[in-house]
Amino acid sequence: MFDLATAAVEAALAAGASYADARIMVVRYESMSAKNSVIEGLTQTETAGVGVRALIGSSWGFDSTPELTATAARRAGERAATVARASARVPGPPLELAPTPVVHASWSNDWEVHPLDDIGISERSDLLVNVTAAIAGAGVPLAQASHQIWDTDKWFVSSDGSRIDQHIVECGAVIDATAIGDGETQRRSYPGVRGQFGTRGWELVRELDLLGNAPRIAEEAQALLRAPQCPEATTTLILGSEQMALQIHESVGHAIELDRILGWEAAFAGTSWLDPAQLGSLRYGSDLMNITADATLPGALGSFGFDDEGVPAQAVDIVKNGTWVGVLSGRDSAPLVGMSSGGMVRADGAASLPMVRMTNVGLLPGDSSLAEMIAATEEGIYMDTNRSWSIDDKRLNFQFGCEIAWEVKNGELGQMLRNPTYTGIGPRFWASMDMVAGADEWVFWGTANCGKGQPMQIGHTGHPSVPARFTNVRVGVR
Amino acid sequence: MTWDAAGDPTAQAGLDLCDRVLDLVGGRAEALVTHSRGRSALTRFANSRIHQNMDGDVEQVRLRVGVSGGGSAQATTTRVDDDGLTRLVEGALAAARLLPDDPSSPGLAGVAPLPVVDHFDAPTADTTPDSRADIVADFVDTGAGLESAGYCSTSGEVHVLVTTTGVRAASRSTMAQLDAIHRAPATDGPPTDGYGQTTSARVADLDGRRVGEVAAHKAVTGTDPISLSPGNYEVVLEARAVASLLLFPAWLGFNGKAAAEGTSFVHLGEQQFDERIDLWDDATDPRALGRAYDAEGTAKRRVDLVRSGVTVGVVHDRRSAALAGVESTGSSVGSEAFGGYPGDLFLAGGDVPLEALIGNVLRGLLITDFWYTRILDPKTQVITGLTRNGLFLVERGEVVAPVQNLRFTQSVVAGLGPGRVLGLGDDAQLVSNEGGVVHVPSLHLASWSFTGNAQG
Repeated sequence: MFDLATAAVEAALAAGASYADARIMVVRYESMSAKNSVIEGLTQTETAGVGVRALIGSSWGFDSTPELTATAARRAGERAATVARASARVPGPPLELAPTPVVHASWSNDWEVHPLDDIGISERSDLLVNVTAAIAGAGVPLAQASHQIWDTDKWFVSSDGSRIDQHIVECGAVIDATAIGDGETQRRSYPGVRGQFGTRGWELVRELDLLGNAPRIAEEAQALLRAPQCPEATTTLILGSEQMALQIHESVGHAIELDRILGWEAAFAGTSWLDPAQLGSLRYGSDLMNITADATLPGALGSFGFDDEGVPAQAVDIVKNGTWVGVLSGRDSAPLVGMSSGGMVRADGAASLPMVRMTNVGLLPGDSSLAEMIAATEEGIYMDTNRSWSIDDKRLNFQFGCEIAWEVKNGELGQMLRNPTYTGIGPRFWASMDMVAGADEWVFWGTANCGKGQPMQIGHTGHPSVPARFTNVRVGVR
Repeated sequence: MTWDAAGDPTAQAGLDLCDRVLDLVGGRAEALVTHSRGRSALTRFANSRIHQNMDGDVEQVRLRVGVSGGGSAQATTTRVDDDGLTRLVEGALAAARLLPDDPSSPGLAGVAPLPVVDHFDAPTADTTPDSRADIVADFVDTGAGLESAGYCSTSGEVHVLVTTTGVRAASRSTMAQLDAIHRAPATDGPPTDGYGQTTSARVADLDGRRVGEVAAHKAVTGTDPISLSPGNYEVVLEARAVASLLLFPAWLGFNGKAAAEGTSFVHLGEQQFDERIDLWDDATDPRALGRAYDAEGTAKRRVDLVRSGVTVGVVHDRRSAALAGVESTGSSVGSEAFGGYPGDLFLAGGDVPLEALIGNVLRGLLITDFWYTRILDPKTQVITGLTRNGLFLVERGEVVAPVQNLRFTQSVVAGLGPGRVLGLGDDAQLVSNEGGVVHVPSLHLASWSFTGNAQG
């Protein structure tokens, strides 16, 4: 495969590129879903191809082909240069690539049980069938379960001289129960609305104990139909770690993408409220807010050895004691703010152009606990498991809904509440964070469906998080 | 002139490849094979320069097999050599055999006449990177003193489908889009954005200058916006905003599977919408972009969903149709777990120019676009999202001021409910939303609920 990638790079250079890189990807993928004891969907996919980037002057070009032959690879390299020349018809300022060491390396994540090769498809399907039977048996009309598995091989060659191959195995699963009332539905998911995914093997799914949690979510979905509405109020809000992962993803992770900050995503994903001039001085949140982007965490979904520009995975401080100190960047964006590349540029396939993506953007643990937060709260609401998510194009104004909530009164959990929502403005919300749970409750949540770019790419991101408490939050927005 | 797949070498090569796959299946299962091949390109710009520019070949084979005493499995591959196709077939068969028996499987579609559909334009399929860059340049040039961002895309493909039940179908299609904003600097605060778009099967319809002038006008007139308090406002929604709203009824409401399972808002025969609302799905319309057949090989046809405000239909794939005891409407997207989707949705337009819709507003808001709309509950169709790319206050029929973006929380069905639609624009057009492309006009609605502003 290195030979094909090298042929593509050489063709792009021969066609006039000053820099070129080629990435070959071969991805095996499986998704399976069951509803009410029936396997409704099983798709197995093998995608392969070569994607080539060429830089001419300050203009990029990209071309790809699914054909893994030297002829096709060379043609893609030549076309990438042709596309770069076309880009120069609407040119930008001179472009500098952040230096990166020339690397010859091979990397793979660890797994105990390869989800495709070490267990049979019957074990995977039986689990989904049995879990949905257990949920439906507890009395809800709709019981669903699904898993997804990726096995990715990548070969990267750059005109700088790097040659890197990586093998990444990822998987995860989700189950949910839906109760249907007269005018609305109520759903409970486990372990979260998007499931739990990681750069691990099938042991991750086994550890989730889907069967053991099936009856509970069925009972909670039914109980939610009878629960009172979350009241409209401004109150103390405690968030569970799954909802915290979504809060981090939307109101920190996307806001700190340097391509957004620089306006490169202005027309679609949007920009950011952050100004690079304030890097190092802006207050993002309270002193308890410590956020890192760490692509080296074993097992987390946003982990890898090298990004798709051949830059080594790194752990980068993003918010330190409440002050904004870092961004997510790549080789062409980082120099524009005087930084080196953070190694955060990835594509979702050979046919996709690499762009800045979140790695594992997470909240570092504090010294409290969920139990302590509840005990310390005279009046408030505890919410968990994301249900809806919406945030403006500058990543400031958000409104999130959760599947379930409980009132908190005099230091104890009270009655269950349905349709909980909360809203706020990012930095004001984070500034109100006054309690953060400790390392015992730190979970590496994985989000396997982060959309960005045009054409849309689906990224895999990780969000280590813990429960946290916020004050003066508007809840019950309808 | 009607396209003849028999004379198209790409279609013939695709059909031959599908026949090879069926030969490899060799009668061990009932099978459906599709093959698609084409090119897809997108030229993206920001800060008034082309910063991401991609082109590429696209080829994929999809195989669906169902085995007696087992289940159904679907496999896809981009590897069309002998080894790749053999892995595709043997993998799908092995998976299907190991799955539990599926007695409710609806089986494959039989042979039926297909409508004549040919949403294809050769110049669009052959568009060069230089041509896309020139369209972008025209857009950028209309924004003197402004920053521009967006994309120009072109794609074309030939798609074929073959089944063991005798279906042999072929289709070709193209699509071209210019979708972009101009950004005007503000005296104080972030720039304000103005939006324009064209979606068509023909790249010749992409007029960078015309779209750019629309976007530039919105951006310039949107500077220094005022802040409005949340509350209920009369609104005029431009086509892009209307397209955004229809995603959720289409995805989770008019989906026959959701209706059968009880999670849809749909009540057939009831006046759930205003009498001005007519909604239907129709890939055979010359203005649409879809194929003549769905992912299961069922012929496409017009499916009425709402007629004069009365909900009259939902869309089905074969499994959801069997569940409901009706025929498939040809609305499969290739996932039985999902059900049917109206991929070529039309909302009937009216005869009122946009300016006249605005002229009828006593006090309300003109909304260019919605952003990040997400659903809170499929049964009530309550969604939340934000305005974007141009929000203006209208008083006594005149646009009087730009407004800072607002958050809304509103039931789509209630918002389009009886008595709530005050006017339909004469500007029905193809517009993208997250579910595909819809054909919609501007709408004048009696009320829309805004629940937040920039202050929270």
